[in-house]
Amino acid sequence: MAQAWEHFAHGADIGVRGRGATLAGALSAAATAMTAVVTDPEAVRQTDAIEILCRAPTPELLLVDWLNSLVYEMATRRMLFSGFEVECEGSVLRARVRGERVDVRRHQPAVEVKGATLTALDVHRGEDGTWVAQCVVDV
Amino acid sequence: MELSRFERHSEYCWALPRSCAMRVPALLYADEDLLKDMDDKVGEQLVNVASLPGIVHAAMAMPDAHWGYGFPIGGVAAFDPGDGGVVSAGGVGFDISCGVRTLQTGLRRKDVEPIKEGLAHELSRQIPAGVGSTGRIRLDEAEFDRMLTGGAHWAVQRGWGEPADLEHCEDGGRVEDALPEAISSQARRRQRDEMGTLGSGNHYLELQEVAELYDAKAAAVFGLGVGDLVVSIHCGSRGLGHQVGTEFLREMVVAAPDFGLDLPDRELACAPIESALGGRYLGAMRAAMNCALANRQILTQLTRESFERMLPGARLRVFYDVSHNICKEEVHDADDGTRKKLYVHRKGATRAFGPGNPAVPEVFRPAGQPVLIGGSMGTSSYILAGTDAGEQLAFSSACHGAGRAMSRHQAARRWKGRSVVEDMAERGIVVKSPSLRGVAEEAPGAYKDVTRVVQVADAAGLARRVARLEPVIVLKG
Repeated sequence: MAQAWEHFAHGADIGVRGRGATLAGALSAAATAMTAVVTDPEAVRQTDAIEILCRAPTPELLLVDWLNSLVYEMATRRMLFSGFEVECEGSVLRARVRGERVDVRRHQPAVEVKGATLTALDVHRGEDGTWVAQCVVDV
Repeated sequence: MELSRFERHSEYCWALPRSCAMRVPALLYADEDLLKDMDDKVGEQLVNVASLPGIVHAAMAMPDAHWGYGFPIGGVAAFDPGDGGVVSAGGVGFDISCGVRTLQTGLRRKDVEPIKEGLAHELSRQIPAGVGSTGRIRLDEAEFDRMLTGGAHWAVQRGWGEPADLEHCEDGGRVEDALPEAISSQARRRQRDEMGTLGSGNHYLELQEVAELYDAKAAAVFGLGVGDLVVSIHCGSRGLGHQVGTEFLREMVVAAPDFGLDLPDRELACAPIESALGGRYLGAMRAAMNCALANRQILTQLTRESFERMLPGARLRVFYDVSHNICKEEVHDADDGTRKKLYVHRKGATRAFGPGNPAVPEVFRPAGQPVLIGGSMGTSSYILAGTDAGEQLAFSSACHGAGRAMSRHQAARRWKGRSVVEDMAERGIVVKSPSLRGVAEEAPGAYKDVTRVVQVADAAGLARRVARLEPVIVLKG
């Protein structure tokens, strides 16, 4: 299946969910969902690329670490990302992510993401073989 | 929530009695309507908090409680370190020491009305707000550490304000026992460009008019009169606090089994107060609290500069500064009747010390501590005063705001940012924001009724209403 993302409701914050044929695909789609919390991912040009490496003892914590790494890069580089090439091997995630510096006029960023939480945190492979990766992010 | 689950202790106090792993009951302060509207998750989260080691008296929810992570937002819980009590990164939240600072301007509506648009523009030019914005201050490592231990004191020493400002801040503008060495290089890096920034989302700076007084005596003590203009700044410890919360939440999750903590929900990630990890978190959290105090102090001075340009001679004084995402060491009545040092988590809840408390600035002591309740964009905000009864009810705590009634996406679908700005303009309110989508997501109708929340907090005895404020200028991130 193609990667797909969506948001789900949470009282004050917002849930991000990614689906994919592989764990890497689901994590990539969850990252797109997080960008969509801030702006329309399709409005983010892929002019610059950075590398991200995460290690975590469980797939759930790998999702949290992955999203938090992106939050950190977004905050410190003043960037938004829309391209996510993700590889997962055991407890390690390697990614090349592409995006551009925030352009307030064009991106109209709604809100900054403070961090990925453990709320509604779930990473699993469904009976149809689709991977799902989700959690609530604090905004 | 389903009301039949609760025992009704009084008109505004509902209890979930002890069951299963709960060490104490859960108490919710609300009226029937607010309680019915609360998400079931609030009850579930309170039950989980009530099962944590060392919790004292009850896990409590304020009238504005809603689903948080681990702890509900609008949650209060106190822990006894001598009884294995814990400190929880989730119980404080990512936005450590998020709070409200209110400034008295000495101005009236007629002074500002002719230059309202110009003042709004000047404030939006001076106050960095929104995603991607940066402050004008850069600190080297040594100076950064001084900020982390000095809080608002550090900012005043560096020229960002006046010594008198500090007398009207919680903790006198500086939290003791901060541990700068517990702040990671990532947290430092994340804060590098964010000193003196407002943030985004529900963070704001507003010029507000005192529209109504409920308690003339307390209002006189507070120096508030109908028609007075005040400025309220709602923000926290910015990227540094977010990173501290992120790092310690993860570390506490991984370490929980080592402490023998059998958590009903991993979001409750915590550590014993008297453990090395607990101590390190408390030190880092206090440093983040100082960062928030310094940040609000810098924003105070930027606000003064804007007023000075537009209204030469205007003198802005700090009225009060109080946080609503914290864990603080305080002395309270324990269940055995003794006075004990407890660690009180207030996650989306405001400290509300009653009259005479020595921690309250002397000038306010006859009335009690000012409790600053921010509304949502375009709605009322409130100033309350702490009560004597609040000590017994909720470790001297009250609500902090309204809480969302609908998700950001629902709000963005229902309203357009431009119409929200136009609607507010028709009501005489100037809105400045770099993002129209952000304005739509923060539309007044997306939040619960703060007026009802405050009425219930008053009726329940948590704090009493003193003044209602209405927005004149809104600066949103």
